[in-house]
Amino acid sequence: MKRLKNAHFGQWIDPSQTIQFTFEGGLVQGVEGDTVASALLANGQWVQSRSFKYHRPRGPLTLCGYDANTLVQTPVAPNLLADRLPAEDHLAVTAQNYTGSLHFDLSRLLDWFGRFLPVGFYYKAFFKPRGIWAWWEPIVRKTAGLGISNLSVKAPYNDKTYAFADVAVIGAGPAGLNAALLAANAGAQVTLVEQEPRLGGSMNYHAFEGNYETTKSARDALVAAIEAHENIDVLCSSTCNAWFGDHYLPIIQKSRLIKLRAKQTILTTGSSEQHVVFRNNDLPGVVMCSALDRLMRLYGVVPSAPVVVLAGNDLAYRTAFSSQDGGANVAAIVDLRTTYNDPALSDEAKRRGIALFQGCGIYEAKQGLFSHGLSQVDVHKLDERGEVAEKLVSIDCGLLAMSAGFMPSYQLACQAGAVLSYDDSTSQFQLSNLPQGMHLAGSVNSVFSLDLVEADGRNAARQALRNLGIALDSETASAEDVNFTEQVNHPWPFLKHPKGREFVDFDEDLQIKDIINATRMGYRDIQLVKRFSTVGMGPSQGRHSALPTARLVAKTTDRTVHETGVTTARPPLMPEPLGLLAGRRFHPLRRTPLHHRHIGLGAQMMPAGSWQRPAYYGDPVQRTACIQAEVRAVRQGVGIIDVSTLGGIELRGPDAPEFMNRLYTFGFVKQPIGKTRYAVLTNEQGVVADDGVAARLGEHHYYVTATSSGVDRVYRDMLRWNAQWRLDLDIANVTSAFSAINVAGPLSRQVIESVGCSVDLSAQHFPYLAYQEASVAGIPARMMRVGFVGELGYELHVPSPLMGELWDRLLTNGEAHGIRPFGVEAQRLLRLEKGHIIIGQDTDGMTQPDEVSLRWAISSKKPFFVGSKSVDILSKSPLERQLVGFELGATSPQPKEGHLVIRNGHIVGSVTSCEYSPTLNKIIGLAYVHPEDAVPGTTVVIRTDDAVHAHARVAKTPFYDPDNLRQAL
Amino acid sequence: MKIMTCPLNGPRNISEFVYGGQVKAMPDHQNVSDTDWAHHVFYEKNDVGIVLEWWMHSPSSFWFIAERHNATDEIIRTYPADQLFKQRVDFVANEGES
Repeated sequence: MKRLKNAHFGQWIDPSQTIQFTFEGGLVQGVEGDTVASALLANGQWVQSRSFKYHRPRGPLTLCGYDANTLVQTPVAPNLLADRLPAEDHLAVTAQNYTGSLHFDLSRLLDWFGRFLPVGFYYKAFFKPRGIWAWWEPIVRKTAGLGISNLSVKAPYNDKTYAFADVAVIGAGPAGLNAALLAANAGAQVTLVEQEPRLGGSMNYHAFEGNYETTKSARDALVAAIEAHENIDVLCSSTCNAWFGDHYLPIIQKSRLIKLRAKQTILTTGSSEQHVVFRNNDLPGVVMCSALDRLMRLYGVVPSAPVVVLAGNDLAYRTAFSSQDGGANVAAIVDLRTTYNDPALSDEAKRRGIALFQGCGIYEAKQGLFSHGLSQVDVHKLDERGEVAEKLVSIDCGLLAMSAGFMPSYQLACQAGAVLSYDDSTSQFQLSNLPQGMHLAGSVNSVFSLDLVEADGRNAARQALRNLGIALDSETASAEDVNFTEQVNHPWPFLKHPKGREFVDFDEDLQIKDIINATRMGYRDIQLVKRFSTVGMGPSQGRHSALPTARLVAKTTDRTVHETGVTTARPPLMPEPLGLLAGRRFHPLRRTPLHHRHIGLGAQMMPAGSWQRPAYYGDPVQRTACIQAEVRAVRQGVGIIDVSTLGGIELRGPDAPEFMNRLYTFGFVKQPIGKTRYAVLTNEQGVVADDGVAARLGEHHYYVTATSSGVDRVYRDMLRWNAQWRLDLDIANVTSAFSAINVAGPLSRQVIESVGCSVDLSAQHFPYLAYQEASVAGIPARMMRVGFVGELGYELHVPSPLMGELWDRLLTNGEAHGIRPFGVEAQRLLRLEKGHIIIGQDTDGMTQPDEVSLRWAISSKKPFFVGSKSVDILSKSPLERQLVGFELGATSPQPKEGHLVIRNGHIVGSVTSCEYSPTLNKIIGLAYVHPEDAVPGTTVVIRTDDAVHAHARVAKTPFYDPDNLRQAL
Repeated sequence: MKIMTCPLNGPRNISEFVYGGQVKAMPDHQNVSDTDWAHHVFYEKNDVGIVLEWWMHSPSSFWFIAERHNATDEIIRTYPADQLFKQRVDFVANEGES
């Protein structure tokens, strides 16, 4: 097909470079610069999709991605806009939402049955009998579906970037170009965002003042200046998809999400042309005037069939003249009005030989017998009230370009809290109540003639610069006059037809009667009309339906559009792929200094919060055997575990003892230096929040551990409490500064001695719960005698960079003693054998100290600790549950964490920990039970997998070494 | 995304901050009724208007006070907690503590 390419038409294409892709399996030839839609139109393919509800054939309406009529599918993605999708070689494009074929859609029959699909159909039809929706849903979803997600496609690469600007200019039409240039010339850093692949906006396709030559040269000068400007960052093919607080703008540029933080935002987003509501106004071939301009000026496609222009304003005449200049056969202009802003237009129409019908409208568009597209329009006279009167003529045509006016692209402004108001006398919109630092210019600000639009853009930049405190020279400083005179919106572009099909909303197939019926059913509020009828809920989000809906609702409820308002705009502006929000797949991980040593030892790593920890060492096939061997090593010989993930907090200062006393439940003021104490934290509600071991290093110095997942919260809480109490101490989170290991087992003392230890490790000099600072293998270490796993054990906290060396020395020297590294799994079992609880696993957000038998860890003699009052209050009421140990025979079904404890048919608690203990040869666990069942020997019922009830015996803890002799060795 | 001004670190994205609830005074725990204490712990006033709130800049763990209008979400000002909490708080002295 021949394409027009000269100085005035075919601006964006290069006909010497052909492109081939397929549509519905058929080969389509386009040229460089085409979109899929423009290439299809150049080949006479107007039907590009099927409508959502009635499956009516649809073709491009706006050619700029503002309608849903061009939604197509590629193998990798559904619901792509063909008028935004660049045509590329080998692209395989298919249509969506049809049964059979695009040209013969079996579901089209729905259109003839349309009278049975009234507004609110889904709400009414599938409501009764109860459950009927489950039967209908798959059928409805299939018929009313959009594209298909290909689940076998490899996720595409997406990423994010962060950018900053003094001024963000959204939209690079005449207003945006002028705003960006003036701001940049004054020294501001400007980011200019444009949806289309090239700058210029309407200057690319519209002949302002009827002169494309001057429009084009003005555009070229602006674009050249902007592209050469070092202060302007130009983002084309990019959509600013929302406005968030303080000018945080998510900008989608292909597979990249740019998060732009601007100090000032200038919205030059333009406006979307509005359609005329008449019968069959959705036929392929019925387009906006701007779409015809784009088709010819940008893509060089000249319609071969006669063109009719349906005008609601002067601007439509420009389209008629301009397309005639490009070689289109313009048969007629049908003007809804009887008066003009510019009387010269009718003379020019006559001079050009274009038939002119003033005060007329198109009552019905007709489809060709053998085509899906437009073939004829019926022109009717309109009476003084705008009602349809007698028929004048039928005109054969293949293309109808219409313009009922322009709706500001108000979405970003309204997301920012702006109010869109409407003047019923002039049919003009106005956006007010803009947030600080946001400015409007151009047609979004209801300014339409080129010189005023440009001045408006510069004025917006002036305001932004003033806010930024950037001074302008006296020549450019003063604001230019911009007066709003031109009326572009027709007040009542409706031609109701008894047979209907005058579409208000193309996405949702809603006609005049659907909106009117919604109001008759009592939905007067525009938001309710939207929800009931689904108007504006389709992919084009009310760009075309919002205004006619507001007008119809206003008229039928005897109000003004100003009173009814329009529906709320919320982010995102355009549908956005979820992959963009996810970005690259980052999983932040924390590794201990020993991480690579664990890997080298064959550790199977597991996540523990953001940390990676060894679960066990060895082959996953022999998981159980590995864990049991690790347990055996600790019980009989010596084991070593990396506990670097333990939180560590240092408290220093004269008030450190007092602060410890207020935070933790125990008494700490009289804690001897060189001793450790178990430290339990309750929150203000009296709930057990964390635990650890507190070592007193000096009179004014404590080192307290916290759980891996809890330390950040504990640290924050400490800081916050002291922000109120103002005690004299310093609090530091030293979790990463120190790494720690626990050397545990009857032979642990020998192993540490073998690497050289500066202190006497004997029980007499270094007893259970004592703390010492020592040099171990020449490395400074904080040593604590701990008993978490129930054996003689030493926790060694050393500066993180030195941990690797200490670990190596202990493993080397420990070899003779059979030392074995053990992981989290073995440690869980070992501590469970001792009945030690893990905060967060054996406690939940309601656990009070008495429920987990921690009364011993609470000092009753001090005046206050966080949670003391709540603990007192709670202790006055009987317990509702209690954590106890339980045991089961080795062959019993093994309960899992979370399995329920049942008593007389009621749930009374749940299992929090459960393991098979090879040491004891039984299943042991911890569970919340009814307090009356907490006595050892009582049988409790646990509902295990497949509803099998296990009868467990409540047991005294510790299960192993009940007198705690081994840890005190 | 909103910007909040940390008194220590300057203006930062709101995602760097942790909300700590409305500032409220702890009742004298030794002389308060159980009911009043429960109210203190579990109830929030939830006033509409300008409220005093705890906020923390998460990377630096710095707690401070913000005056914010919770209907318009306007942050009127932020300042260090010591401008509000000027006195050392003491509880009744420890006796016979072990």
